[in-house]
Amino acid sequence: MTARAKRIDGVLAGKRVIVCAGSGGVGKTTTAAAIAAALAARGQRTIVLTIDPARRLADALGLPDLGNEEHRVDPERLRDAGLGGDGELWAMTLDAKRTFDELIDRTAPDAETRDAVLANPIYRQLSNAVAGSQEYMAMEKLYELHESGRYDVLVLDTPPTRNALDFLDAPGRLARFIDSRSLQVFRASGRAGLGLVGRGVASMLSVLEKATGVELLRDLAEFFNAFGGMAEGFRDRARHVEALLRDDATTFLLVTSPRAAAIADASHFHAKLAESGMPFGALIVNRVREPVSATADDAELERELTELLGEPLARKALHDVGDRNLLAERDLRNTERMRAELTGGELLTVPELSGDVHDLGGLAAVAAQLFKRQRS
Amino acid sequence: MDALLDRRLIFVTGKGGVGKTTVAAALGLAAARAGRRVLVCEVGDQERLTASFGLPAAGFREVEIEPGLHAFSVNPEDAIAEWLRYQLHSRTLAGLLGGSRIFQYLAMAAPGLAEMVTIGKVWELAQLERKTPSAAPYDLVIVDAPATGHGIALLRAPRTFAEIARVGPVNHQAEIVDGFLRDPAATAVVAVTLAEEMPVSETLDLEQRLYDELGLALDRVYVNALLPDRLKAAETRKLEAAIAGDGNANPSPSALAVLDASLAAHQTVRAQRSQLARLRRGLTAKALSLPHLLAADVGRDGLERLATKLERDL
Repeated sequence: MTARAKRIDGVLAGKRVIVCAGSGGVGKTTTAAAIAAALAARGQRTIVLTIDPARRLADALGLPDLGNEEHRVDPERLRDAGLGGDGELWAMTLDAKRTFDELIDRTAPDAETRDAVLANPIYRQLSNAVAGSQEYMAMEKLYELHESGRYDVLVLDTPPTRNALDFLDAPGRLARFIDSRSLQVFRASGRAGLGLVGRGVASMLSVLEKATGVELLRDLAEFFNAFGGMAEGFRDRARHVEALLRDDATTFLLVTSPRAAAIADASHFHAKLAESGMPFGALIVNRVREPVSATADDAELERELTELLGEPLARKALHDVGDRNLLAERDLRNTERMRAELTGGELLTVPELSGDVHDLGGLAAVAAQLFKRQRS
Repeated sequence: MDALLDRRLIFVTGKGGVGKTTVAAALGLAAARAGRRVLVCEVGDQERLTASFGLPAAGFREVEIEPGLHAFSVNPEDAIAEWLRYQLHSRTLAGLLGGSRIFQYLAMAAPGLAEMVTIGKVWELAQLERKTPSAAPYDLVIVDAPATGHGIALLRAPRTFAEIARVGPVNHQAEIVDGFLRDPAATAVVAVTLAEEMPVSETLDLEQRLYDELGLALDRVYVNALLPDRLKAAETRKLEAAIAGDGNANPSPSALAVLDASLAAHQTVRAQRSQLARLRRGLTAKALSLPHLLAADVGRDGLERLATKLERDL
């Protein structure tokens, strides 16, 4: 234990890109929105990019159903919620499919190629469903907004993932499988049929055909054929996105709940983050239950409560306290286990807040906890 | 409607952090206690199930962790390799292909292949006639599936695949798996949720999406971690009065902390009840409740308790 006071301010100072990552159900979106709102209140022009926010949070931020458009959060409503300031808060719900389509539109050398890619069944599945494409598109949009120079700070809420690699590896992965050398096989088969490619490749393809079915191969060949011309542009783009994630002005915040399973995910993610050399800023443990200062086995207290409430109710109240303290102890133990594992970065806790965190008032309450001085 | 334990496959999904693994494990325990030969299958690279039993991870192997109860963890890499071996009827050829860079690209590029081979392996585990050499069949397979969105993607994969590979062996296999998942006598999709706003919303959304996108009905929803309601209305009023200092009571700071905590606990319970009611209003499937374990960790004892509770309606 150190007596050093830590604040999220130190972690976020000078950062232009803040990536909130973690498994599902830990309050990532709320945390991202609260940080963005607090930075806006401190005078920054800030945007939070969310994925599938809770309906009421989306309403609170004034986000429509349609994604991929930047919306400014009404300054008056921010002020009413205690989040007024000199900056601006913007928000956007990410639409991975639209981002991907827009990217194709920008990267395609001509309209014909663009249309061929957009209509290809393989592409349609890829842009919709494939694990990793949502992650990649989140980062792609982040990069695009960063390049626009319209914002001082970008806060990215990421898709929930138990597998850190899905996320961290996403930019490279897409570029890798569009890599032109391996594409030659499919492009050749698409253009000239299987007969004209090398013998080794032909036998490989015939095995693949046997295993998969010829139509799939043809779709793939067509897809890679159309995509081939865009490979360079894609690789280039992926390199820039990755460079942005590694930039000194970028920081990753890992968000977790104090539950054992979430902590295990966070620990896994933290290790992978370190392995990939990504800039780790802080671990935020949300919804930590705090113990009740009174002890349940205090005879004096028991007497007082019995006098005040009668025996049955006093016993129930003490029972409630016992439960709460048990869970608070569990939260503390899990949090401390995680603290011991952290290499670099800070650990910040946000207590379980009573009431609604899905409105602007709730965001203000979360922000107040995050930005207050914490002791380690 | 068939009893849950009479299906061949139970697919457990739900929002992240609601206790899917715990419920899947407790269901497995309950099924084993009912005399079924059962396998609990985890999906993905992070294995938690065996840890609840104090055992190391099972990996891509069927391991008996208790009498009648088995664990397995499916990952796309091993599932693809295994699928290729069956497909090509040749270990050498499969090894050659699986080890090839081009195939790796293909596997990543072919949309949904990872999901397809994953659900395909789950299907294989649930068959009475196993393809795995010398593997005994299970009465029941329980899948600890990924969270809502990825869970739906997994269920959708066979259909997606059948559409992309319009003819050929892949199409044929995908159709068979798809048919198995859609047969309510064979497969039950079960959701786990918490009685909190976002998980409830996601569960309602899940039921709708399963129906709209896949024509599947949710079999049931387990509402996990419900807290006990200790206070009657009159008792709540008494607490409030005591906090307000009515009747010249002047509680000490310690007593006040207890009163506040008890009232806060009661408010949490009430919030849970109202979310449970909201879930029931919006849900077609039945919602069954599971108690909060109020223990330091779930552990073997916790699973036993949940299994006992689950046994009442299987």
